[in-house]
Amino acid sequence: MRLDLRTITVIVVLAGLALMPLLAWAVDEPYWLRFWSRVMILALAAVGVNLILGFGGMVSFGHAMYIAIGAYAVGALRFHGVEGGLPDLLLAVGAGALVALIIGAICLRTAGIYFIMITLAFAQMTYFFFISQEQYGGDDGMRIEGGTRLGPLDLSNDATLYYATFLLLCGALLVSWRLVNSRFGMVIRGARSNEQRMTALGFPTYRYRLTAYVISAVICAIAGALLANLTLYVSPAYTHWTRSGELLIMVILGGLGSLFGPVLGAIALLLLEDVIAHFTRHWQLFLGPILILVVIFAREGLFGLLTPRRQRSHTAGGSHG
Amino acid sequence: MLKLEGIETYYGASQVLFGVCLEVGAGEVITLMGRNGMGKTTTVRSITGLTPAATGSIRFRNREVRSLPSHRIAKQGLGLVPEGRQVFPNLSVRENLLATAANRDGRSNPWTLQRVFELFPRLQERTSSMGNQLSGGEQQMLAIGRALMTNPALLILDEATEGLAPLIRHEIWECLARLKAEGQAILVIDKSVAALTRLADRHYIIERGRNVWSGNSAELLADKAVQERYLGV
Repeated sequence: MRLDLRTITVIVVLAGLALMPLLAWAVDEPYWLRFWSRVMILALAAVGVNLILGFGGMVSFGHAMYIAIGAYAVGALRFHGVEGGLPDLLLAVGAGALVALIIGAICLRTAGIYFIMITLAFAQMTYFFFISQEQYGGDDGMRIEGGTRLGPLDLSNDATLYYATFLLLCGALLVSWRLVNSRFGMVIRGARSNEQRMTALGFPTYRYRLTAYVISAVICAIAGALLANLTLYVSPAYTHWTRSGELLIMVILGGLGSLFGPVLGAIALLLLEDVIAHFTRHWQLFLGPILILVVIFAREGLFGLLTPRRQRSHTAGGSHG
Repeated sequence: MLKLEGIETYYGASQVLFGVCLEVGAGEVITLMGRNGMGKTTTVRSITGLTPAATGSIRFRNREVRSLPSHRIAKQGLGLVPEGRQVFPNLSVRENLLATAANRDGRSNPWTLQRVFELFPRLQERTSSMGNQLSGGEQQMLAIGRALMTNPALLILDEATEGLAPLIRHEIWECLARLKAEGQAILVIDKSVAALTRLADRHYIIERGRNVWSGNSAELLADKAVQERYLGV
């Protein structure tokens, strides 16, 4: 890794996130801790979405579904009186992976616009499935009594949750980085530009894509479990299609196919939302035009803006610092 | 090595190949010639399983592969350099070569990055360039290198010199001659009779999806009538 503007940004942002709680305590703004936890949780989910969207070219319009599955896993266990941490994680990851394996196996038979529609359809089915779960509060959702406890770690503590999320986000970035630059990642990226060629070279792209889809879903399910700990509440709204859309916006805003882009995208989107919401309730009215400007003038997103101009086309989807 | 018998292939309802036959032996360089639209690429697509043949037999290394999925056929040791090159634009030169590299037969002297760079020194200068930043000739070299990195038993080149500058063409022909000297079996689809007769052992000409002529280089060079009639030279 060269010490260019992008590397510096990654270091500064991660260091900033690591030190944020100290600042929050110093100026006595505990709200910041929760706000930035939320940012990082959604950034984590966006990193998961980016794995298939940015590198594999699979536009999933249903990944909020896996956030909901992760969150409901925590909620359901608490509802049935199961305490503790390991079951939370096992159920969130296990259910997320299993559902992703089945749904992915079906969705990945299609591509392009059909893939978008079929993932959206499955997310809507999940939405109505959770609405029909009367015991879990149906449409209203339910409160979650107590967070995830992992040994001495109690995630219902704001600071613990914050740092657990921070570490998981760093872990997900590291895993993505290794994955994207591995042989597996090359096949996924190659299949995105020319699937037939990849097949003719001896690679069953379907299996590779399915694996990537499941990994990305599991990352979102973990984000969901964290979100349940943050809000101590879960509802079908978690899997609403607008949530899936927000994840896509984060990835596109931050920079498709750059590893760190989704983190910047999540930060930018939630900060904008927070700032604009101070002035008007109709914050989306202002967010729309901003997004349009980014898509027109910064095709490679915020992270792309940090790339020196003469290198830009060279690094599109290429360099993954 | 490869034997096609009575291949019939359709695009939807329209039949393109009407019983094409072709054989490539170990270490042989064979050409498939014919004018545009006569079914050369379709024959290649049938062999590689991209457009499976409806009837006939395709035996590759003593195994019937006609109805196998594309990736399985490739894994039997078929390396394709497709028409239009089709390198992965979003992968670097190095990644293009490594992404699909394999040595499924466990060869003792397999193709490596180093050996591909020896064959095409230009590629070495551009290791970290993306696929879409290369010139046409470089892309062609990369496509050949990519196929070689799978250590194929049979290399198929579909219009490998199409649209390239004469100097680059010459370089590609040189490279194929070197591969032949190493014992690589090659099936070449191309139009330049002069270069091909120097390189190849035998030739097949197809016309409207049917075999119309086959023979060795001396026979092809001697038979001006065949050249004029089927190749339009």
